[in-house]
Amino acid sequence: MPLVALILALALAPLTAALGCLVARRPRACEAINLAAATVTLAAALPIPFLIDDRPLLFWGGYVVMDRSAAWVMLCTAIVYFLASIYAIGYMRLFDQDNRLFWFYALFAGFGLTTLVAPLMNNIGLYWVAIELTTVVSTFLVAFERVGESVEAAWKYIMVVSAGISLALLGTIVFYWSGSFALGPSYPMTWTALTAAAPKMPPVLLIFAFMLVLVGYGTKVGLAPMHTWLPDAHSESPAPVSAMLSGALLNTAMIGIVRFLAIVGAAGRGQTPRLMLTALGVLSLLIGALFILRQQGIKRLMAYSSVEHMGVVAIGLGFGGPLGVAGAFYHMLNHSLNKSLMFFGAGNMMRAYGTKDIAGIGGVGRYFPAQAGLWLAGAVAVTGAPPFGLFLSEFTIMRAGLQPAFSWAVYLMAVLLIVVFIGFLNHFRAMYFGPEPAPDRAPAGRVSAWCAAPMWLAFGPLLVLGLWWPAGIWNYLTAIARTVSP
Amino acid sequence: MFQPLDPLVSSLFSGLAITSLLLSFVMLGSRWLENYLYAFAGSSWAIAALAAVAAYFGGHADLYFIALITLVFRGIVLPYLIWRIIRTLEVDREIHEIIQPSSGLVIGALLVMFAFAVSVRLADRLGLEHSAVLALTVMLSMTLIGFLMLAVRREALSQILGLLVVESGIRLGAQILVPGMPLLLELVILFDLLVVVACLGALVSYLSAHLGTTSASGLKRLVG
Repeated sequence: MPLVALILALALAPLTAALGCLVARRPRACEAINLAAATVTLAAALPIPFLIDDRPLLFWGGYVVMDRSAAWVMLCTAIVYFLASIYAIGYMRLFDQDNRLFWFYALFAGFGLTTLVAPLMNNIGLYWVAIELTTVVSTFLVAFERVGESVEAAWKYIMVVSAGISLALLGTIVFYWSGSFALGPSYPMTWTALTAAAPKMPPVLLIFAFMLVLVGYGTKVGLAPMHTWLPDAHSESPAPVSAMLSGALLNTAMIGIVRFLAIVGAAGRGQTPRLMLTALGVLSLLIGALFILRQQGIKRLMAYSSVEHMGVVAIGLGFGGPLGVAGAFYHMLNHSLNKSLMFFGAGNMMRAYGTKDIAGIGGVGRYFPAQAGLWLAGAVAVTGAPPFGLFLSEFTIMRAGLQPAFSWAVYLMAVLLIVVFIGFLNHFRAMYFGPEPAPDRAPAGRVSAWCAAPMWLAFGPLLVLGLWWPAGIWNYLTAIARTVSP
Repeated sequence: MFQPLDPLVSSLFSGLAITSLLLSFVMLGSRWLENYLYAFAGSSWAIAALAAVAAYFGGHADLYFIALITLVFRGIVLPYLIWRIIRTLEVDREIHEIIQPSSGLVIGALLVMFAFAVSVRLADRLGLEHSAVLALTVMLSMTLIGFLMLAVRREALSQILGLLVVESGIRLGAQILVPGMPLLLELVILFDLLVVVACLGALVSYLSAHLGTTSASGLKRLVG
């Protein structure tokens, strides 16, 4: 069966790469190993959505599940992992730390492995463990530069996320306990078993458990007010890691919330959880918008934009229905592409100007014409302007919310998106047309092909997905919607 | 769900659960890192004993195995890891607490009352029996106390222990509420805990090397 081979390739390629880097230790060899693994991963992830249908497929004694939503999130992850692996080759060479570089690539492949594998876990407890492992691996990537700020960010990251995720464990236990009212004291702790038993579980426990899980995994997704780790970790880690954190990790945690939402939905109690999800989404959008307005650091700007976009995804899931859920999943893919592009551009400018402050960057258009055009187009796209993918998905989500229960959220969302548009692009105005740095502090060097190519690779699909939403993808995503919010 | 319990089993469960809860108050009321360590080890042994009791009276034979590895890993290996972190830190007490230990005790007591109120309401709706209410209360209140420690303590090690208190509470509640949880899962979660503590230990040494402090009040560079 080809699907088994593809799943094996997805898991084994990054695993082999992680071990291979530890053995090889030579920096150039590690770069090649990691890039090869990322290529294999992407090649394996691309055909999977075409090979599955409505029925979730179980493998290896039911421990691994492959369904439409898992395949979609894995595809997003594989794309970001591939792009970031190309980018890392150019970016990490600038650090002059060749002797430690094999650690970076081993951890990077490990991070790819854990984020790819987590959505496949059919056992709820193992999913929790996989999410926790993503934290552990990425903590050391965040701290890789070993300067005060990055260590501080890593510490806050692991503390806040571990505390949050322990609430998710509590929620998982309560879910299992409420299942035992229907299925007896001992039963398989799987998504499928719980979804089947959901109608017979005590509703009060279901809601209680969902609240815990939402706060727990919501911390990892970066929903406000649990987002506090996110700007620090995203801004202090090396740029390829920021792209992975934002484009891959956040979606991987979101899929957990989606699956728990499906369980509660199967019990016919989806109303309150969806309202909670919408409220958290709107709050994230608000926090993101306000912090974008007054932001001073270029990567922190991108990080708050991630908070904002995860808020939009949460709102889409909260609205529910085919439009809401399909829009949310489409948004995940577009956001993964777009935020990779933005972090890559931010990393390039950061290295060229030698500062993380927006105020220190000026005249981008004059010094780097090609980069500047691309990065600006990405900035326009990330604020949700047409003709890019994020516009389509945000518009679809807003259409989904035009129902009596949620219209307040649509109006708030529209206002906040406009605020984000103005705030975000105003920073770009300053960097492109604002005061330029003194001649002795002008940016040196040029952007290498390794650092420019992945930006173009992300930009192409982003533009295409904005102009054309293929019917195949639409059908695929509405099929997900049927399982999440019937 | 479980069958109505033997009075003896019920009182053993209650005794051990309350012991754990009291030990978390010891942490809350003390400034000395070493006391935290002993309290944590003590509550791990209580959890191991709880698993053994459940194994003996409940007929879940694999819980004996859980009891053993809980004793070895949570009761001995983890405290040893933490003891090594304390040694490298050269800090032996909490200096930077935001609130006095005595006020912490009062807040902790309020949190327990809140947890009890929530549990009683849930129990009313579900028709639960005594020991389940107690388990739920202890689970929720240890979680809240752990979060309280995370919030009001500044020393890196106290924060690690805060996380561990949260985890102990969940572990303890799970032991009573869902004794039939798959064995594999318990092993994996335990392993995960070890990994996390090892990573935190490594990070603590980075903190003292690169920032010259292991107190979270020194972590103020990243804001906004």
